[in-house]
Amino acid sequence: MKQVTLHIATNTQLIQGIYEMKLEGDVGDTLRPGQFVNIALDNLYLRRPFSISDYDTTSMTLLYKVVGKGTRQMSSMHKGQKISILNGLGNGFNTNIHHSHVLLAGGGIGIAPLYKLAKELKTAGKKVSVALCFNTAKEIFYVERFKELSTNTYIATVDGSEGCKGFITNLIQQYKLTFDYYYACGPMPMLKSMCQNIEAPGEVSLEARMGCGFGICMGCSIPTTSGNKRVCKEGPVFGKEELIW
Amino acid sequence: MVTKLSVNLCGILLDNPVIPASGTFGFGMEMADIYNLDILGSISIKGTTREARYGNPLPRIAEGERGILNSVGLQNPGIHSVIADELPRLKQVFHKPVIANISGFSIDDYAYSCEKINDQEQVGIIEVNISCPNVHNGGMAFGTSPKMAAKVTQAVKHVTTKPVFIKLSPNVTDITSIAKACEEAGADGLTLVNTFLGMRIDIQRRQPILAQKVGGYSGPAIFPIALRMVYQVAQTCHIPIIGCGGVATAEDVIEMMMAGATAVQVGAENLRNPFACKEIIETLPQVMERLKIDSLESIIGIIK
Repeated sequence: MKQVTLHIATNTQLIQGIYEMKLEGDVGDTLRPGQFVNIALDNLYLRRPFSISDYDTTSMTLLYKVVGKGTRQMSSMHKGQKISILNGLGNGFNTNIHHSHVLLAGGGIGIAPLYKLAKELKTAGKKVSVALCFNTAKEIFYVERFKELSTNTYIATVDGSEGCKGFITNLIQQYKLTFDYYYACGPMPMLKSMCQNIEAPGEVSLEARMGCGFGICMGCSIPTTSGNKRVCKEGPVFGKEELIW
Repeated sequence: MVTKLSVNLCGILLDNPVIPASGTFGFGMEMADIYNLDILGSISIKGTTREARYGNPLPRIAEGERGILNSVGLQNPGIHSVIADELPRLKQVFHKPVIANISGFSIDDYAYSCEKINDQEQVGIIEVNISCPNVHNGGMAFGTSPKMAAKVTQAVKHVTTKPVFIKLSPNVTDITSIAKACEEAGADGLTLVNTFLGMRIDIQRRQPILAQKVGGYSGPAIFPIALRMVYQVAQTCHIPIIGCGGVATAEDVIEMMMAGATAVQVGAENLRNPFACKEIIETLPQVMERLKIDSLESIIGIIK
């Protein structure tokens, strides 16, 4: 973990309420897709955790949804502004797997960490299928980006306004998707449904209200099959067999 | 070595008065990756109970103006694991006496855990937490009645030889009566204060943010109240005080000491700024120079 000050390179609204922020500077502590940063914002006591959607040696990209004071403040930030972050937090996804065909399943803003993951898995020579779920057609974003990296990208909307009607599990059923391993990030009901209904092995990235983000306050601990684990430290990615629903 | 920063806490010479507060520093290992822990005066380790505890359901964290609301509920691996695993690990990265923070659900619990921890050479001070607002049938129940506070103090003193500090709750009408009861029951010192009971509601979802509905509030927002309580207790009692509550800067440390604290704990601030204690310790000499303070010992309790 490292505290660094990064510069905002771009901060763009992709669709209503969803933003993409690119930060430049010392990002060397980001080592794996699925890790996150904790951002300090003016007049807010606690930092705000965000998963990293993409990174290279000099920059990182965050996708965020405006849901409260912190994200509203971020949405009004502009190019050149400095931002203090704790970097290199959490375990990230395990890309060192022997399975050859993987499914990346994302719900809403939860698709964020899957983007860099898709890049890495594609580079590793895996066959990558992507399943993305949104509430409605108007909330769809980043699909084209995922299409560039995947063999197939499938869409579901809860209201049926685009793609398969329903959730990720409905989509998997309807399109009879096959895969050897999956990675998932999204709302808790989606993750629960995947862990309980998909037979293939997999791992999921959880979200939790955090105090510190680096393992000292026990604010985000969950009981797992292998003892209490901190979402911020041992997580946010857990093997599906570890989670107790 | 006595320096202008050092303080004597019940016969233990601390290089400086800055101590991370229990529950905001884990058992030190995560922080050891961030900076050299030996710069600290001491460390108050995560509150420990007789048995291992998971604590309360999530969400356990909410926020307020300049503060954090928590209902962690004493998650810890239990006294035996702390002695067998956590203390030896901490010993590798922190080479000074630590403060062991002990909680319980009965007087028996407190006595049991304190007796065990008393045998640990690494432990310099035992801090008895009778003020956790996040557990039922214990914790704060012992800290809100002078009679119960005295009973816990006596029971712990009976089975220990190390200095015993009682950590007090601010959720009382008159903290001096609790403090006095602990002093009379034999406490060697007092840590004050623990968190203030608070609450936040998610007005969109029409639900409390915390799963437990209420939790303990800490952070700079509570500093003036904690300071007032330290001052009041210092006017009433003669045993040393560790001041705690919203401390975020070197100036806050000096203010706490002027009010009567011999040492100072930094809590919530560690969560938002992992370098908080380090920065405070590094800034103290400059602030002292500016304020013409020759030694920190000389300002303890100068406000009468």
